[in-house]
Amino acid sequence: MSTAIADIHEAPAESGVNYLNTSYGVKSWLFTVDHKRIALLYLGTITFMFLVGGIAAVLMRINLIEPQGALVEPDTYNKLFSIHGIIMVFFFLVPSIPATLGNFLIPMMIGARDVAFPKLNLLSWYIFVTGAAVMLYCVLSGGVDTGWTFYTPFSSTYSHTNVVLAALAIFIAGFSSILTGLNFVVTIHKMRAPGMTWFRLPLFIWSMYASSIIFILGTPVIAITLLLLGLERILHVGIFDPALGGDPLLFQHLFWFYSHPAVYIMILPSMGVISELIPAFSRKKIFGYSFVAFSSMAIAVISFLVWGHHMFVTGQSIYAGLVFSVLSFMVAIPSGVKVFNWTATLYKGSISYEAPMLYALGFIGLFTVGGLTGLFLASLAVDVHLNGTYFIVAHFHYIMVGGAVMAFMGGIHYWWPKITGRLYPDLWARFAALVIFIGFNLTFFPQFMLGYMGMPRRYGIYPAEFQTLNVMSSAGASILAIGYAIPMVYLFWSLRYGPPAGPNPWRAKGLEWTTASPPPTENFLEIPIVTEDAYNYPVAGAARG
Amino acid sequence: MMGLIQFGLRGAGIVAALFPLQPPEASSIAGDVDHLYFFLTGITVFFSVLIFSIIFYFMVKYRRRSDDELPEDVHAPMALELAWTIIPSLICVVLFVWASSLYVRNSHPPAASTEIFVIGKQWMWHLQHPEGPREIDELHVPAGEPIKLTMTSQDVIHGFSIPAFRIKKDVLPGRYTSIWFEANEPGTYHLFCTEFCGTNHSEMIGWIYVMPRADYEAWLAGGEKSEPMAQQGEEIFNHYTCGYCHVADGSGRGPSLVGVYGKPEKLATGEMRMVDETLIRQALTDPNSVHLDGYAPIMPTFQGQFTEEQILQLIAYVKSLGAEERTKAK
Repeated sequence: MSTAIADIHEAPAESGVNYLNTSYGVKSWLFTVDHKRIALLYLGTITFMFLVGGIAAVLMRINLIEPQGALVEPDTYNKLFSIHGIIMVFFFLVPSIPATLGNFLIPMMIGARDVAFPKLNLLSWYIFVTGAAVMLYCVLSGGVDTGWTFYTPFSSTYSHTNVVLAALAIFIAGFSSILTGLNFVVTIHKMRAPGMTWFRLPLFIWSMYASSIIFILGTPVIAITLLLLGLERILHVGIFDPALGGDPLLFQHLFWFYSHPAVYIMILPSMGVISELIPAFSRKKIFGYSFVAFSSMAIAVISFLVWGHHMFVTGQSIYAGLVFSVLSFMVAIPSGVKVFNWTATLYKGSISYEAPMLYALGFIGLFTVGGLTGLFLASLAVDVHLNGTYFIVAHFHYIMVGGAVMAFMGGIHYWWPKITGRLYPDLWARFAALVIFIGFNLTFFPQFMLGYMGMPRRYGIYPAEFQTLNVMSSAGASILAIGYAIPMVYLFWSLRYGPPAGPNPWRAKGLEWTTASPPPTENFLEIPIVTEDAYNYPVAGAARG
Repeated sequence: MMGLIQFGLRGAGIVAALFPLQPPEASSIAGDVDHLYFFLTGITVFFSVLIFSIIFYFMVKYRRRSDDELPEDVHAPMALELAWTIIPSLICVVLFVWASSLYVRNSHPPAASTEIFVIGKQWMWHLQHPEGPREIDELHVPAGEPIKLTMTSQDVIHGFSIPAFRIKKDVLPGRYTSIWFEANEPGTYHLFCTEFCGTNHSEMIGWIYVMPRADYEAWLAGGEKSEPMAQQGEEIFNHYTCGYCHVADGSGRGPSLVGVYGKPEKLATGEMRMVDETLIRQALTDPNSVHLDGYAPIMPTFQGQFTEEQILQLIAYVKSLGAEERTKAK
């Protein structure tokens, strides 16, 4: 039994065969059913999509250096922000942590050999790649200019771009989300190792469970909504366009019914990652385990009831506005609880500052600002002024980039030695984390000010008085771009030249650290038996058994 | 000393010009919205600084000194968990009550408001004053008087936003939304479209000119002569012989329209509906969906026959019928 939770320095039998070198060749990857290889397939795919979405962002920021637009025509600008939004949301952020780290870690963290349905897992990746390919075709064949929100009747009747292709791409990719969510829920329910009770689960698993439920319940709604949009656009069935007898606000209700919970699909997994990193680098049990776990579930539930806060100025009734305002304040509380518990975890810890921890601390800072500025938008009278402005853009980038992407980077750096068996140069990694943090704030903080000043979002041309802040933002974006480029270089470098990591370079707790790096295909030579809570780090004055 | 202050003020002025931090507060509600905004900013700064300082303090104090050190065991006291759940909840209650009461108050235009009609279309704003003058991408209004805007769109959804007034509302096709303001500071202010509407969305902007009453009158008198909106509506009404059925004394085949605006009427379905802009529009474009109880569904549809502007003029005319009785009743 005690060999299962083995001494952290001792690797399981070193045969030298692991999931990476057990077979070679393109076929061995394209037909793999190993959750770890599938995770890497996703990592490659979403990194590529991130680059495409990132290039669109760079072009936008260059354009905004001049009030009259420094680079592109208005139509092109409109396509750039639409492509940026659609790709980053649906083809990077939504799958980012779940499909890569989630796929890799869920079986390893709960002591299983794979997910419940390995072939379905591979199918999910193929579906995702099909969606991504349709989206890239949409971009290459002229793009789309509706914004990622596809508001009708502009998208259904007036836009002259590839709306149907973009909607189809998201529709297809949605099935990948649904199947992945299903796979994870079943895996977490049925495949936990002996002794791995619900309250011994690492908090990453709790957050993946919460986001899987949103995947399953929310994604069908966006799929149906986009299908209806396609029906109206192609067959002129009047659903959303009032000229055809439809209701344009119906689209917004349906769209946000998915897309607000989708925000939590993007942030809940990040919260899970942070809940792993903070204890690992403080060598301490997380503070308030059950509060952090239940706050994930509370967020998942309430997130389905707040969609109307996107519609405070659309002509929705005052009473609906009041109800959605209350519920939006309510969803802030569990997020606050998490921040307080993470902070308290540091108390009397043994804290070290390797790159993953820097990302985690950066996450707490940026997520705190992003969350608190959310209160502005839940406050009805203030939202009226800020809605539709750059304040919104700044707010959700603090959550989705400052939050979700920081956590994704932190998670990749934390588990990279496990995934690849190699260490990367920590000094470079810390430097990159710092550059990203500075670049991020310089990019997005000025946008809060722009929004309060009244600058509307989705403007490729703007009044001259907004130029100073826009130039600052563009300057920040160039620093941010460098910050993202550095890790791509040293992580690739480490694949070949990085020193071997050993099974547990961080001396962290958790089943994934008890097996070799990279792990064998079956993860564990022997299925572990769990006898202790998560994050059971040794403490002073207590005997370790 | 004075020179120093002057120098400081000029410096601040240059900084403010290069680096503006606050839009002008030019409406009766702007100050109240800003107070709440500053309160929220205060809360954000307080909690951010609190959390950042605690993290920073712990980072330094509990930094790992040797790789073998063991941290102390810490248990999470229930009282602390409850405290940081309940205190933020209470702050949220305060924010909700404050923001909502302000919002509800700002949502109701004063009864004495002057009504101006707005039509959004790709990519310009059409505005018409009740006295008749039309404007494009510009709106002249008198300072110190409540103005109500009744808005609709001819194509896609637009957003009508005047940051200096802290007001904004989406402008939807097929229905009417409204918004009001009382500008208190003569000047020129931005008008923006804030809902993405296609190619030239970022150029669907304009100016609001707030002028003292006398200047406004001069502006009204100076423009092209035009008839009041209600009168233009009456002409359409007569041209289409609407009065053949809608006889004023109620003896026609359709209901009399005198004094119906703003009152609930019973539909043939039994549903009670307030006669407002949206109902009148619906009666024109899809009359059978709202035909009144006691009348035969014989009204033809005028879908596609009127421009949005003509519909607004007809609405202005219906409103003007029996308007005197309405004012008397009040």
